Order: sequence, then structure tokens, then C-alpha cells
Amino acid sequence: MNLRDIAFKNLLRRKAKALFVLAGLAIGVSTVVALISFVDAMTENINHKLEKYGANILIVPKTENLSLTYGGLSLGGVSFEMQEIREQDLTKIQSIKNAANVAGLGPMVFGVVDVEGHRVLLAGVDFETSWVLKPWWKIDGTMPGEKGVVLGSETAAVLGLNQGSPVTIKGRQLIVSGVLKPTGSQDDQLIFMPLKTAQTILNKEGLVSMAEVAALCKDCPIDVMVKQISDVVPGAKVMAIQQVVKGRMEALAQFKKFSYGVSILVVLVGSLVVLVTMMGSVRERTEEIGIFRAIGFRKSHIFRIVLLEAGFISAAAGILGYLAGFAVTKGAIHLFSESGGVSIQPSLELVGGSFVLAVLVGLMASVYPAYLASRMDPNQALNAI
Amino acid sequence: MSYIRAENLSKQYASGDAAVMAIHNMNFTVEAGEFVSIMGESGAGKSTLLSIVGAMNPPSSGKFVVDEIDVYHLESEKRTDFRREFIGFVFQSFHLVPYLTVVENVMLPLTTVKASKKRKRALAEAALNQVGLTGKEQRLPSQISGGEKERVAIARAIVNDPPVILADEPTGNLDSTTTHEIMGLLQRLNQEGTTILMVTHSQDCAAYAKRILRVSDGRLIDEDAKGLWRPCVSTEKFHSQGAGGLMLRA
Repeated sequence: MNLRDIAFKNLLRRKAKALFVLAGLAIGVSTVVALISFVDAMTENINHKLEKYGANILIVPKTENLSLTYGGLSLGGVSFEMQEIREQDLTKIQSIKNAANVAGLGPMVFGVVDVEGHRVLLAGVDFETSWVLKPWWKIDGTMPGEKGVVLGSETAAVLGLNQGSPVTIKGRQLIVSGVLKPTGSQDDQLIFMPLKTAQTILNKEGLVSMAEVAALCKDCPIDVMVKQISDVVPGAKVMAIQQVVKGRMEALAQFKKFSYGVSILVVLVGSLVVLVTMMGSVRERTEEIGIFRAIGFRKSHIFRIVLLEAGFISAAAGILGYLAGFAVTKGAIHLFSESGGVSIQPSLELVGGSFVLAVLVGLMASVYPAYLASRMDPNQALNAI
Repeated sequence: MSYIRAENLSKQYASGDAAVMAIHNMNFTVEAGEFVSIMGESGAGKSTLLSIVGAMNPPSSGKFVVDEIDVYHLESEKRTDFRREFIGFVFQSFHLVPYLTVVENVMLPLTTVKASKKRKRALAEAALNQVGLTGKEQRLPSQISGGEKERVAIARAIVNDPPVILADEPTGNLDSTTTHEIMGLLQRLNQEGTTILMVTHSQDCAAYAKRILRVSDGRLIDEDAKGLWRPCVSTEKFHSQGAGGLMLRA
């Protein structure tokens, strides 16, 4: 027989009250779990979707004049006459702290060439990463090999070339492997070919004009990644494409703020349920506490009995709350996810967090009732022996 | 020196016009191993006196000493420890904890004592055996009779072997047969060396004591009032005749 036994047996005796506290806390915890899980799942989902938007960081050579626009975005000082970025410098990006957040790195080299009597902008790109960086690309035809090119839709129309057409660029015989479907961007007016081939044709071996980076910013602010890349590629100017990034971050931040607000509110309500119920329980047990105090239980013993009871219920509420929250999130995702591509996995961190949250809230809300119980005068409690 | 000493004890409730003097300048002593009854009308102050003796109700003035310990000079938690170690309480309405079994109720005073569960249980079972409740350890208070509840209360009072037992109308809720069984039990405990102070209305019960303190209007009016009335029967007679015979004569 110890204080724990007394606390446990009292809970078993007052099942209705114990269940009420359990339900109050479990609802609070499950709401928090559901919101956090839901936010995480949706963040994952949004990140996944935003990846389709392509690059969100540009790396361009430093310059003080000349400007060029690309994709409707200012690229700063990109110029054909200006210095280029060394391709090998870009490999250092793999060593930045948030390298894991780099979903794709696409170096590009630009040059003006004469094709069929027209001056056309030639772009050498890494077609392997183009699916990450330019997910909106749709090619009529196939991806080009070493001697192939892909034409923008307007370029193909102006030059009168189709898939399979031979094309000569700077004396090199190449084949049009495909034509881009109209993108509505400057890509429609370019000729694309593999980076190495373009570098050779333009005499820019080992050099790139710019690079695009697709960064997943779930765990890091985009500005931090921009700084990290700037540090390892000192000769280049690194810029975030603010519209996409800010929009992405703001949407997530708003949703998170809302979730945390609701979570705090629900946890507050849960703690009030615990407080009120424990106060009632302590008042009901005046006689019992009087007996304990009369026969030699110290104030601290009474305090511990009340907190032990709260602790037992809270621990159970933490576990139940997690399970309920997880189930609710699964249901909510099933209901709200349009593509069905969102899934959640049980998280040990969240299990631990739910447990700690429930126990902390339960104990904190029970401190005052426990204090009142411990301060009870045994003589008054027993109405004088 | 006497084992228990009350020196100029006074207790006043409230103040000003509403002040009520529950205990007036009371002095008495109790020797170790004595069995003392406290008698008086309702409102005479005997329960207040017992609560002061029980280290639960500080007097407004005066001194209360047990075994040379000035009880109300002890800090609150030390006084709690004093209660646990020196005093066994037997309450009028049993005050058993309803969700604990008989043996668990008896083990309560040992809850905060450093000892193994096995040892605590053995002590509780021994106390239950002393009050004749062996075999009912696992019952809940709601599953036993009033007399048995009182026995459980007595077992709880003696489980940690305190030198003093305070009993407040211990037979107030019992029938006559059970009353004398319980009184016999208290008398036996006294004979084994436990000092007993008992508040009672009953002359029959008071007759089991070696000495009677009579209280009226918060004052001690007689320190040995046994001779003021004639108990219906002596305790020796009770033991020789049995409880049934005693109550018939009463």
C-alpha cells in the first residue's frame, strides 16, 4: 500500500469523473495531434505540388550592367559578354548545410547562333534535371541525345522545322528530336540542346551562364539557402524567385498559425476541464483527505496523491489522444485530399509529444486542486473528531 | 512528570462579539497507560479538547505536552509526524476509506512509513487479528457490519503501535452488545499498555476508564468524577457476565 495505490484505487472508484477528465484531455490532445499531423501532411503535399512549379532559386554571374529577362523574371546581370560561372563551382552546392533540400540543380549556358538565316538564342541545359526544374515542359517527340536539339514552339514555327528535321548549327549537323509545346514563356523562342554540346558549340567548355535550383523549403527558410549557396559560389549572384517562394511560405505559415491557435485554445479548454473536475473531486473527498491528514499524511503526501491521479489519467489521455488524432487525420486527409497523394505515417515524436503534452497539461491543471487538498485542515475536514 | 500534560489550555473560536470560548484554562495530566474518559453534555467542549489532544487544533493559549514534547511548538508537518507516531484515532463514524479494503484501510497509517509492502501487510493482518477480524481482510467497508467497521477503525488506530489512542464516541453508532465488545477491546489494549483518552456520553462506556474528566461549558469540573454517579456495572462484572447480561441490567 503506497500513495500510488491510493491514487489508482480512487480513480477506479470514481470512474465517471476519471473518464470525464480523460475525455477532456484526450479530445484536446487528439485535436492537437490531428492539426499537427494534418499540417505536416498538407505541407508535404504542398511541397510536393510546388516542386512541379520548378526552380525557385537562380544563380547568375555577378554584373553591374546589362540585364536579361528569363521567364518573365529579372535575371540581373546576365550578359553574353560578361564573365560566366565555372561549372565546377556549382558542385559545391552539394556541400551546403541544407543540401538535402536541393531537389534539382540545372546549369544553363546561353549563346546566340545563326540557324537557317535567323539569329536564335541557344540554351544548353541538363535535360535530366529539366523534369524537376521545368515540369511544365511537354515535348512533341523525344528527349535529345548528344546530337539532338529541342526547339521552342515559336522557334520551330519560324524556322519551319519539325521533329526529325536536320538542322545545322555552327557547322554541326544535328537532328530536331522534339518540339516543345507552347509554354507561354521565353522557352518558346529558344533552341535547347544538351549542356555539353552547347558548351562545345559556344566555346564555353566548363562554363555556365546561369543555374536554376529547385529548393524544398519545408525545413529551411529560402533566404538561408540563398545565403548558403552564395557562400560556396562567391563569383555568382544568388537570388530567390520571391513570388513563388514567399507565396509558398506564407500559405504554410498561415495554416500553421491557425493550427497552433486552435491547438492552444483546445488545450486550454482541456486544462480547464481537468481543473474544474479535480477541484470538484477534491471537495467531494474532504472527509477522506481529513482522515489521511489526521492519521499522519503530510501535506506533500496529499499533494502527491492528487497529482498522481491526474498523472495517471493524463498519461492515458496522451496515448488515447494520439490514437484518436491519428485516426481523425487519416479520415480528414481522405476527405480533403483531392489527388489522394497525401499520406501520414505514425510518428514516434508525435506519440512522445502527445504523452508529454497531456501529462504536463494534466499536472499543471491539477496543481491548484492538489494545493487546496494539501492545505485542508484535518480538524475542519473531519468536522472535529 | 506525567506522560500527557495540559497546562492552562484555552480555545476561543472567532473573535469580538462572536467569540466563543470552547475551552477555558484547562489543566490536567494523564499518566502513561491510563484509560481516561472525557464526559460532558453536548457543546461542553469535549470534542474541541480531544482535537487539541489529537494535535489537530492549536489552542488559543496554554501548553499541551506529550512525552515531554510541546506538541504545539512543533511546526505543522512535524505535528503531522507526531500524530502518525504517537496517536491512533478511533472516530465516531468510523471514517473508513470506502474504496479501500479492510486490510488496506488498516494499512493507511503505514502508507508513508518506509517499510516493505509485505511488512506493512503483516502488521495490518496482525492488527486485524487483534480485533478479531481475521478472514475479512479483502472486504470493502460497505460489506461489513457497524461493529466490524469500528473494529477496523481500532485496528487502523493500533497498526503502528502508537502510545496513545484517542477515541471519539467509539460506540456511538453501535448496538449495546457490540458496544461492550468494542469497549472490552479498548480495555484490553489499555491493559497492554496503551494510553487511552475517550470522549463518550455513555456512563457505561465511561465506566471502563480508570479515571473520568468531566467537562462543562469548556471547563474541567471534575478530574475524577467516577464517584459522582454509579455505573450500572463494573467492568470486571462485564467480563465475568458477558456483554448480553450487562446490557440487560443497564
